[in-house]
Parts: sequence; structure tokens; C-alpha cells
Amino acid sequence: MTTLNIDHVSRWFGNVVAVNDITMTIGPGVTGLLGPNGAGKSTLINMMGGFLASSTGSVTLDGQPVWRNEQIYRQIGIVPEREAMYDFLTGHEFVVANAELHGLGKKAAQKALATVEMEYAQERKIQTYSKGMRQRVKMASALVHDPSVLLLDEPFNGMDPRQRMQLMNLLRRMGDEGRTVLFSSHILEEVEQLASHIEVIVAGRHAASGDFRRIRRLMTDRPHRYLVRSSDDRALAAALIADPSTAGIEVDLQEGALRIQAVDFGRFTTLLPRVARDNGIRLLTVSPSDESLESVFSYLVAA
Amino acid sequence: MYDPTVARLTYRGLLGRRRALILGALPVLLIMISIAVRVFAGTDDQVASDVLGGFALATMVPIIGVIAGTGAIGPEIDDGSVVYLLAKPIKRPTIIFTKLIVAIAVTMAFSAIPTFLAGLILNGNGQQIAVAYTVAALVASIAYAALFLLLGTVTRHAVVFGLVYALVWEALFGSLVSGARTLSVQQWSLAVAHKVTGGDLVTSDVGLTTATVLLVAVTVAATWFAGQKLRTLTLAGEE
Repeated sequence: MTTLNIDHVSRWFGNVVAVNDITMTIGPGVTGLLGPNGAGKSTLINMMGGFLASSTGSVTLDGQPVWRNEQIYRQIGIVPEREAMYDFLTGHEFVVANAELHGLGKKAAQKALATVEMEYAQERKIQTYSKGMRQRVKMASALVHDPSVLLLDEPFNGMDPRQRMQLMNLLRRMGDEGRTVLFSSHILEEVEQLASHIEVIVAGRHAASGDFRRIRRLMTDRPHRYLVRSSDDRALAAALIADPSTAGIEVDLQEGALRIQAVDFGRFTTLLPRVARDNGIRLLTVSPSDESLESVFSYLVAA
Repeated sequence: MYDPTVARLTYRGLLGRRRALILGALPVLLIMISIAVRVFAGTDDQVASDVLGGFALATMVPIIGVIAGTGAIGPEIDDGSVVYLLAKPIKRPTIIFTKLIVAIAVTMAFSAIPTFLAGLILNGNGQQIAVAYTVAALVASIAYAALFLLLGTVTRHAVVFGLVYALVWEALFGSLVSGARTLSVQQWSLAVAHKVTGGDLVTSDVGLTTATVLLVAVTVAATWFAGQKLRTLTLAGEE
């Protein structure tokens, strides 16, 4: 059982706050670190991996500090986001070197390469590898010493669906074996499919925490805003406001459109076309005006 | 203190790719110049000393030191692959010390050996000139490798700073401002070379004791500092 403790951790660069007073505990199983690009996920993972000092607060692994403690790497495996990895070596040479740096030998390297199913291409130079192959060799290098904690920064970036599936299965297996697996992603579906536990980071702050059902609910239960243009905006507005799924409607004269705030997302989406048809109104535009991930996330922060 | 795996990765990074071509170019040029001088001017001890002192020791050795010293760690820090060394239970000073050994070995191989060959071609080691400059090159290789390895650890523009030091400080200031010569790796190495051969053609502005103390101090301090720097190396995310 290995637990990573992040205790009131902040990190700023100059006067930019990248991570703002985050406290969380990452235990065994697969945890997804979800947040939009630039939210501070990489900064946080770098602090968890001992590559960045926190400005305040502490990161510990079973009570041991992570920063300036190279012995911690006996327990941690890291899969960095960056691509560079001694491209002039073959996959096999690279993983063997990683094993040797842990005081292990070729056997451990071979086992790790087998785990990620890269034996078939292990004699090829890394510079000839596809993105997915690189990712798997990185994975092998992180697994070579059988670590109890695995940290992965955006591991699915640029992978094709099949490779994604493979890696997900592998990570799921690692989590089931009782390892502490943490990966970051900016894609909700990715995190939802894999993580039993989700931590959401937005603008450097810890926005939400829980299993995916809770996070999903937080994300869909929020008020949704739509911009609607129709053949008769006022008649449509009158008909919609009668239903409890709609909380407010603004007639935007400048835009020549309705701004609708729906509180019951599921009900509103079936209501709108029905109301329009019943009243003989043609819908010209229906566009969600706040569906960007950022706005979903900022809603979570406010919640 | 010395990790063979770190050494292997460093050697392959240094000697692979285009870097080996650059490392090889200057020694080839030195040998060609020496052959030309020998053919057109014959053997002349003073000329031999000028070529070895002016080109080999003052220009070639520091440039090779810059390439090998910064190249032993700079590119890995730059592209982030150093993370694979750092995410291991290995003491940071061990990584630096190993890389220093590799940088010294490469600098010596690409500077001292060609210097010796050039000396033999120029005047057949008359007045021990070839040996003297080879010793100087060997000694300078150690200090340059340590200095430029540190530079590669602290700045992304290590090659530029290194070349500025090597060419502007050592070559230009060294010849204009006499005080600058006291703080010149080249002069320190010449002091050692002068002692070894005892001749009058190879001389230094710095005494042997000062030179030795400064050589050791600079090498040790640079290596220690680089090790400390690596302990707290921050790998910024891409965000």
C-alpha cells in the first residue's frame, strides 16, 4: 500500500500561480487527474515526481519527502509527457539502460518490454518509432523496477484508439494489482473510462474530487446556456418558459436571438424541438454557448 | 561514484550524430596545417611552438572542451531526456562525476592526441615541444570539461557562453590584458607544461603553484556545483 500525500501545495513561477493550495491523497488504484490545458496538471505531476519543488506545502510518499530524495525512485515509475528519450538507442538498449540505472539487469528489461508488447520492435532505433510505440517504451522504462507508484503525464496524447485501449487495459491491470496509478488528461471521456477516482484541477485549484459518477453529475447538472434563433423568437420564448426545465430566457435584440438558460439538461433537449413543432416555429440555430471544457470546469470551480 | 550506464549513454550521445563530425573537424584541420607548415617552411622550433600554442592550445582545445563538456549534459537537459537519469535512485553527484569523466576523456582524445601528432609532424618533438603541448592539452582538458559541464548544467545557452569564454576571454583578453591571463585555463596548463619539459619555448605568465591550485580548485568547485545544481534541477512542464 503506497499513498501519495499532497498537503496544501502551492507553486508559483514569478507572480503566476500555477498550483494553488492543493490538498489530496492518492491511494492504490487508478486515479485520473482531469483539467483543461494549462490548469497546472503537469506542474502538480512534476512536484509529485520530485522534479519541482513546491513553493509551499509538502508532497510525501508514505511519509517520505519526494523532493531531493532520489531513493524515492525505487518506488516511483514516471512516464513523462515529453517525447525526447535517447532516440539514438534501440528500444531494447533504452529499457536495459533504465534497468541498469535501477541496479537491475536484462531480465527485468525484457519483462517490461513484454508487458507493453514491444518485443517485436525492440531492436529498432527509437527515432523510427511511432508516437504510440514511444509511449509504450516509456511505459516499459517506468515499469522496469516494478514500482508501487506510477505517474503518467498525458499518456494518451496522440495515441490511436487501439493503442489507447491497450494502454488503458495495462493501467487498469496495474491498478487492480494494488499499485497507485495516477495519470493526467484533459479529456473527460478518457478519465471516465479508466479512473476509479477522479481529481479535477482548474486554473491551479482543486475543483472536485470523487468517482466518475459524481463528477459527471456535477458536469451535467449545471445550468446549460443555449443561443437559439427561430422564425418566431417571442412565441418560442413564451412556450418554453412555461416548462420547469427552463430557468430564464433573454430576448437578445442585437443578436436577434434567444439566450436560454436550461436547468434540466435532459428534459430541455427533448422539450425544445417538440415545443417548436407544436407551435409551428422553425428553429434556425440551436447552439450551446458554454459547452467548452473550460466553462464546464469553471462551473465546477464555482460550485 | 562512476556509473557505467550513465557513461555509456553519455558517450553515445556525444559521439553519435553530428557532434562527432564537429569534434573531428578541428583536429583534422590542425594536422593539415601542420603538414602544410612542415612542407612549406620545414622544421622550425619557434614555428612549431606558435602553431601548437596559437592554434592547438588556444583555440582547438577550448572549443573541443566546450563541445564535449556542454554536450555531455546540455542536450539531455534541453530536450528533457535527462528525466530518465534523474528518476533513478542514483546520487546526482555520481551522474555529474561520470559525465565529467566522459567529457574529459573525449576532450583529451580529440585534443591531446592530435596535438601530439601535430607536434611530431612539425618538428619531430624537437625541444620536447610536442610533449609539452600535449601535456598542456591534457591538463587543460580536465579544467575545460569541468567548467563547461557546469555551464551545460546551469544554462541553455551553454555553447554560446562557452565559446565566448574560450575565444574572447582566453584568446582576446588573454593577449591584451595581462591580468586576465592569471585567470586563464590555457595559462595554467602552460605552467604545468613548462615544468614538465623545462624548455624556454613553452612558458606561462602564471607560476606553477598558482596554476596547480587554480586548476584543482576550478575543477573541483565546478564539479561540486554542477552536482548541487542537478539535485534541484527543475524540469518545467510544457504548459
